Amino acid sequence: MSTRTLITIAPWACTAALFLVWEAAVALFDIPVFVLPAPSDIWAAMVKYWSPIWKNSVQTLYTTLAGFLMSIAGGLALGLAIGWNRVVYAGLYPLMIGFNAIPKVALVPILVIWFGIGDIPAILTAFLISFFPIVVNVATGISTIEPEMEDVLRALGAKKLDIMLKVGIPRSMPYFFGSLKVAITLAFVGSVISEIMAANSGVGHMMIGAQSQFNVPLVWAALVVLAILGIVMYALMAWIEIRMTGWAHRSAPA
Amino acid sequence: MTGFVDLRNVRLTYGGTADGTLALDGLDINVKKGEFAAVVGPSGCGKSTLMKLATGLITPQEGTVEVAEKEVSGPVSIAGMAFQNPSMLPWRTTLANVMLPLEIVQPHRSKLRREKASYVARAEDLLKLVGLAGFGEKYPWQLSGGMQQRANLCRALIHDPALLMLDEPFGALDAFTREELWQVMRNLHAEKGFTVILVTHDLREAVYLADKVFVMSARPGRIIKEREVTFERPRPIELTYENAFNDIVHELRGLIADARAAA
Repeated sequence: MSTRTLITIAPWACTAALFLVWEAAVALFDIPVFVLPAPSDIWAAMVKYWSPIWKNSVQTLYTTLAGFLMSIAGGLALGLAIGWNRVVYAGLYPLMIGFNAIPKVALVPILVIWFGIGDIPAILTAFLISFFPIVVNVATGISTIEPEMEDVLRALGAKKLDIMLKVGIPRSMPYFFGSLKVAITLAFVGSVISEIMAANSGVGHMMIGAQSQFNVPLVWAALVVLAILGIVMYALMAWIEIRMTGWAHRSAPA
Repeated sequence: MTGFVDLRNVRLTYGGTADGTLALDGLDINVKKGEFAAVVGPSGCGKSTLMKLATGLITPQEGTVEVAEKEVSGPVSIAGMAFQNPSMLPWRTTLANVMLPLEIVQPHRSKLRREKASYVARAEDLLKLVGLAGFGEKYPWQLSGGMQQRANLCRALIHDPALLMLDEPFGALDAFTREELWQVMRNLHAEKGFTVILVTHDLREAVYLADKVFVMSARPGRIIKEREVTFERPRPIELTYENAFNDIVHELRGLIADARAAA
């Protein structure tokens, strides 16, 4: 088999191997289902509860994407501002580092006090946790313009806005689209955290309910669903990245 | 008589006048219209600072800088610049890269949309002149280093600047490509008649291309010698292997060795 074929089948083979080893280990060591359900138990739970899983997944997907879209808007705006102006950079960067260091799980109770239990805390948690990588990446892309390029344009009488539009923003796009892959998975973490703590629906909420009923296979089924959603969204972002900034992924001429 | 580029008694300190680095002190340079001037000197003598002064990117603390008989107080859009790093934008085709200055400099900026076809023709003519005919639609990463540098020259010249400032544009190329580009540069200068200031470490390059070579001292930089080079134009590349040529190169080399020793 060629290396190419191996690369294509490797992710599927590894995933299959993981589940096979898991299934075998559970059977071999006779692990009780409330400690670690076998993949077959999880699959059975997924089939049995497909309707609530589906409804709650849609809910989680909705809050995640809403927060993620806010992140894109806020992260782009803030990243451009920070990359544009060194004073803004100096002023806001330490604040953002500090803010990013706060565990977002600690903010959920505050959000619930402000907005009550429901979609909004989940959306905001997804936003708060995922906007930082976008800001940093966009700002990095802009602030690393080659000084020669800037000199060439400034000598022609280019204003800061010209340099941003012609060079800064286009060159920050690969950084931006690259950061979306990180941001979307973080947004999932944010909305599920919020749902676990305070929500009436969503995958996180469903997990808490299943746990309280000692329905361990359903808890695990929810985790698997989250993993699948995360992979799908990541792949979507990676696809968008290649489509939008193909020029940055081309290698030198052969 | 005042020249086209005229720096008089220029003093420039980086990082504050009191305790900063004195880059240039008492620098005088006079380049006539249409002349090809080269500036050579030991490393760190402030050659690149000179580029920024003449294009108005920085202003000196003392002395005057005049370009085209006007005192320079801000960016002079009559200049084109090219550096050692071709700095092509990877998301633009070569043609779009070459045409970038037209999107900045007036009056082209406002006319570009309406007269797109004629500007594209102009860019293609220029690409042809440097031997890049038919490469306009290629992306920079599809071009070799020498080709990118040719495109870089085109970008510096697309808005018909009266002054071309070159900062070691051929420094990173292999010897053969460099000689090829010397001839490209020679032809461009002969055809367009702009004024050139070429900053370089390569003395053979300076003597081959320039009408006048300025030798700078070590930091703080000033001119210690102004050497006319009077070989007839157009100069064949074989000239660089003749004795008269090598004598001048030797002479300049001696001056720079002294300047380095003095530092």
